[in-house]
Amino acid sequence: MGVRKALTGNHAISYAVKLVRPEVIAAYPITPQTSIVEKLSEMVESGELDSVMIRVESEHSALAACYGAALAGARAFTATSSQGLLYMHEVVHWVSRARIPMVMAIVSRTINTPWNIWPDHSDFMDQRDAGWVMAYAMDNQEALDLTIQAFKIGEDPEVYLPVMVGIEGFILGHTTMPVEIPDEELVREWLGPRRQPYVVDGGSPIGVGGLTMPEETEDIFYGIQESMESAKRVIERVDKEYGRLFGRSYGGLTQCYRCEDADYIAVAMGAWSGDLMEAVNALREQGYRAGVVRIRFYRPFPHEEIWRYAGRAKGVIVFDRSISFGGWGPIFTDLVTGLATYTDKLPALSNVVTGIAGVNITSEDFERIVKRFIETVEKGGKPVFFEWFKKR
Amino acid sequence: MSQQRPKPPIPYNMRDAFLPGDAACSGCPIPMGWKTVHAALGGKVIYVIPACCSSVVVGTYPGQSLNATIVHVPFAAAAAVASGIAEALEKRGITDVHVVAWAGDGGTADIGMATLSGAAERNNNMIYVMYDNEAYMNTGIQRSSSTPRGAWTTTTPVSGKAEQKKDVARIMIAHNIPYVATASIAYPHDFYSKLQRAKSIKGFKFIHLHAPCPVGWRFEPQYTVKMARLAVETGLWILYEYQNGKITLSGPSRPYMDPSKRKPVEEYVKMQGRFRNITPEALEEIKRSVELNWEWVKKFM
Ligand SMILES: Cc1ncc(C[n+]2csc(CCOP(=O)(O)OP(=O)(O)O)c2C)c(N)n1
Ligand code: SF4
Repeated sequence: MGVRKALTGNHAISYAVKLVRPEVIAAYPITPQTSIVEKLSEMVESGELDSVMIRVESEHSALAACYGAALAGARAFTATSSQGLLYMHEVVHWVSRARIPMVMAIVSRTINTPWNIWPDHSDFMDQRDAGWVMAYAMDNQEALDLTIQAFKIGEDPEVYLPVMVGIEGFILGHTTMPVEIPDEELVREWLGPRRQPYVVDGGSPIGVGGLTMPEETEDIFYGIQESMESAKRVIERVDKEYGRLFGRSYGGLTQCYRCEDADYIAVAMGAWSGDLMEAVNALREQGYRAGVVRIRFYRPFPHEEIWRYAGRAKGVIVFDRSISFGGWGPIFTDLVTGLATYTDKLPALSNVVTGIAGVNITSEDFERIVKRFIETVEKGGKPVFFEWFKKR
Repeated sequence: MSQQRPKPPIPYNMRDAFLPGDAACSGCPIPMGWKTVHAALGGKVIYVIPACCSSVVVGTYPGQSLNATIVHVPFAAAAAVASGIAEALEKRGITDVHVVAWAGDGGTADIGMATLSGAAERNNNMIYVMYDNEAYMNTGIQRSSSTPRGAWTTTTPVSGKAEQKKDVARIMIAHNIPYVATASIAYPHDFYSKLQRAKSIKGFKFIHLHAPCPVGWRFEPQYTVKMARLAVETGLWILYEYQNGKITLSGPSRPYMDPSKRKPVEEYVKMQGRFRNITPEALEEIKRSVELNWEWVKKFM
């Protein structure tokens, strides 16, 4: 069906975009994102891809141009990282509040200062309140699959929201893995023609985003919240359809790895979930019944799924690769809030913030941390609720 | 005033542009400008409007006093959103719709400058109209880089703006785009014919529209047009078109190439409360800038 190629995570995203053929792509460079738009430029110039490339003068304009194009009925795509994403932030909100679907790849890199190009999730997490559906991949294959699915999810009438797809810079972005590229015709057929709630193409007069009274603005925001709920169903449906058509299904908002019968659940998002799974395998061999729940979609947040797995567990340990300074890791905060709505008897909980600013965390590190957590809980001791795990 | 070019007719449909119930201050130049745009381009226009007085003048949802499609965008984003719309329309084969970025001097000369410059350099297909009321009016009369020297604003409250006015049309000429023009709300025929010309050209067109604001400039609302006309008659605001490396002086400004025909700058300045505390030095600087601007324009004629 598809062809297999050795691709970096960035190029896997470029190939996904090629299969989708958005009419408009905006490009602005920033390490470690740049090779996505470079590859797409190459494809456009060689005639392989018939998208219009808008080579903008800033990220603010990259997203603004995509917003304009998407308003006018075109599929639109752009990609960025870190400072670029922060520079866009104003427009990030603008797009979702206008309910305009589009797709943006985020190749994570920590936020400056000081200058640092290594990855954590701080740039991605900084967008969590903006009303975008937010997905995060674990490997290059998933980066490709999620990017294609993002168009399908965002353009679903039950959703009508923009979607961002995250991968860690360098760890996936610049690392080559075998990736299966699905058949283009099939992808295009599955996506079908673009769907959006309204189109701005000069037909009849319409005003978008003008001054609105508080109650009406609130209605629009409320609508986004409701669509996030529907998005949960749509994401699951899309995952199943995709599995049927292209042979890869990941399991909706989360992926469960040995978690069905687990007493202890470790939660993580992104490439290092793979290392965590390895750690869990090692722990299982030592007799610890541990499992992993991997966050694939951070927005909408998978409260129900986490409750399904963690509700019976004795302990849940959450690895966050970003920090809300003065608070905790954002995944942990969301997870605890979610669990608290289901039960008044929470399992033992621990939040480990680590891997900040690109500090390398290995499967041995995970093994040590999870084991320590399990032993603390087993001995009846109070688990560490919050720890910033530093390597020095 | 000698009109060398015959006045083009302005269609009556300019009255359709504006629906009852707008939220403009009395004497506001914005609806005047829109009427002319509507007359020249008809209803098939997508206005892209960043934060500015215009985004308020159109009124509150679900009403809209401008009879056209409006996309409201972030303050710095007009030219970029317009680029995206223009590209998508072209890709979709829609060729009879004009994309008009309509932004104030703040959204153009300051926060939107990089975006404007980027879209111009890419030569994206749009008409960019900067309506220049020479300050941030929407937020309550703060200085912009397009505020003239000596003018009072709430951020230059004591001795007026110390710096000169940024000449955005000149910056746009440096971009080598297909069309740059200056216009004034006091000369709708001239503005109309410039829009007509802009509409016939593919690529990036920039029109710098002088638009006196009674509220921010401190004059009686009935004098908006008079004030705009005085700016031309004193030679302070020069109407021209720039194409292919050459400036063509527009009819209303032609007499004022001759300094002796110009009205004194004082006549313009003394009618506006914003210049009440202008120093003699600042006034001299303004007069000097008139001479320098004319010298510059003549070089390209
Ligand atoms: C990023 C950002 N900063 C500041 C503002 C606040 N703001 C809204 S309109 C405006 C001034 C607009 O001035 P101008 O472009 O000259 O248009 P005018 O109001 O004079 O018509 C400002 C500062 C904003 N909306 N967005
Ligand atoms: S402040 Fe000036 S430009 Fe703004 S709406 Fe009032 S008159 Fe018009």
